[in-house]
Amino acid sequence: MFEYCANPDSLEGFFWLSCYVTTPKHMSFYVSFLVVMFLLALAAPLAMAFGFLGAIASRSSKSFIKIIGKGYLAMIRGIPDIVFFLFIPIALDQAFEFLRHKILCPEVTEAIRQGNDFVVCKAAKLPLSTASEWVHDVYGFSLALLAFGFVFGAFTGNVLSGAMAAVPKSQLETGAAFGFSSKQIFKRILVPQMWIYALPGLSNLWMILIKATPLLFLLGIEDIVYWAKELGGMKTGVYEYSHPDWRAWYFGILMIFYLLLTYVSQLFLDRLSSKLSMGQDTMAGKAL
Amino acid sequence: MSCYQTILDYGLRSIGYGERLLPKSDITLCEQLVLIGSGMIWNIYFAILALLFGFLFSTILALGKNSNFLLFNKPSRVFIFIFRGSPLFIQFFFAYELFVILPKLGFDMDWGFITVTVETRWLTKAWLGALIVLFFNTSAYTAEIFYGALRAVPSKDIEAADSFGFNDRKKFRRIIWPTMLRLAWPAYTNEAIFLFHATTLVFFTGFPAWQQKGDAIYYASYFADKTYNPFVPYPIVGLYFILFTLLIIGLFSLVNKRLNKHLLPSERSTLKIRLNLIR
Repeated sequence: MFEYCANPDSLEGFFWLSCYVTTPKHMSFYVSFLVVMFLLALAAPLAMAFGFLGAIASRSSKSFIKIIGKGYLAMIRGIPDIVFFLFIPIALDQAFEFLRHKILCPEVTEAIRQGNDFVVCKAAKLPLSTASEWVHDVYGFSLALLAFGFVFGAFTGNVLSGAMAAVPKSQLETGAAFGFSSKQIFKRILVPQMWIYALPGLSNLWMILIKATPLLFLLGIEDIVYWAKELGGMKTGVYEYSHPDWRAWYFGILMIFYLLLTYVSQLFLDRLSSKLSMGQDTMAGKAL
Repeated sequence: MSCYQTILDYGLRSIGYGERLLPKSDITLCEQLVLIGSGMIWNIYFAILALLFGFLFSTILALGKNSNFLLFNKPSRVFIFIFRGSPLFIQFFFAYELFVILPKLGFDMDWGFITVTVETRWLTKAWLGALIVLFFNTSAYTAEIFYGALRAVPSKDIEAADSFGFNDRKKFRRIIWPTMLRLAWPAYTNEAIFLFHATTLVFFTGFPAWQQKGDAIYYASYFADKTYNPFVPYPIVGLYFILFTLLIIGLFSLVNKRLNKHLLPSERSTLKIRLNLIR
């Protein structure tokens, strides 16, 4: 990075450190913090969409859709979510490859599951074996993102369906009395009013989503946990910058990063909640 | 090989008894069921001990957060903030790496009748190191629940105790603590389920599964890797966890009944199973 970094062996103290923290690998480490933020920015709306659909489905009048919706919201309660994080990316990957196999190579008649192997034709592989490195990265990240969206969608769905149930019945009946169709009641009365009831649950979920991001590591993404392990490990004299086992310090930095993130989020959410409570006929609203 | 033989071979595999080698090829459903079930021993071990110690420690922390005494209040707040504000996953990694760089020492603990050598390298093993992290983590979460309940104890109850001339100690033991527990119990039930599910993280972090002695999800991911078929082992783990979650709910609702015994039926609080979320 700096010019005096050309010969790391001759450096001491501050200069050594300034060169050490600007190596290309450290740059990847810093970028991975952005990856975490990026995941948060994408997973939150995705989970919202999944959750909204789940909540609507669980209130549907068609019993088939209702069962699917309720099942989706309920499954997350008894089973550790990490099971889903491990299961969904593999299952999705296999589902995609299975579909592509059926469409792209109909001439292959051999079974896909052969004992302990999952065999699809070359053209059906995802991503293609000829694809470049970044395609693999993007594909892996997308699978992880879908897993986050799916799991947190179920959480969000629970919060939203609770919030929908909390909107006073008389409000909805007023809509019906004015001759609103059930679609109009949903759009004009139920959805606008449910947010204040959903807010505590949603802000709780946001904090939990932040704290779930290191699970990216389990999904094989080169995230902050990966880099902390990689960079912190003992570097012998073979390396340009040799140092003993510093993993504890690197993970300490991650701890501080997450504590800051949750702290700032908490401040922001507290402010938002007091803003939304303004003018409401609740204890929080009257206290303002 | 019959399924009975498999149970003999792998039933206690996760704690080191029975067959040494894990099944490698021609994996049967029975083997998956038994080995994953065997792994549940670790999940239950972590959950029970962490909850037990955490229950005691969190009461102290909750009192600390509620205390006016600065030297007691501040450390409690900081402890709760650190363990609730950062991911458990990172806590495991951080603690493990800290334990690794600790000097390797042995202390002789002389308890009169028996001398036990306590070694710091035990901390790098999951059975102690991960247990400590889980213990601290659940203590922080539970303390926050208890703190909330402590603040919600009706002032009338305390005034009644005062007018009966209870001293501070008796007031806490007879009035404040039982009421706090009663108010906190539904949320605490959730926390217990939550912690039980969090035990699945242990062997995915720094803590190594020595001689392939791991928990349920460790074996499940082993099978998913070997058979390249996630549709069998993960549902099995899910099934086991649902069963034990129901068991926890059953046990905790017994306690809940006892805590609410003196109240009118309309005033009793019922357990409501709420979300279980990653911490």
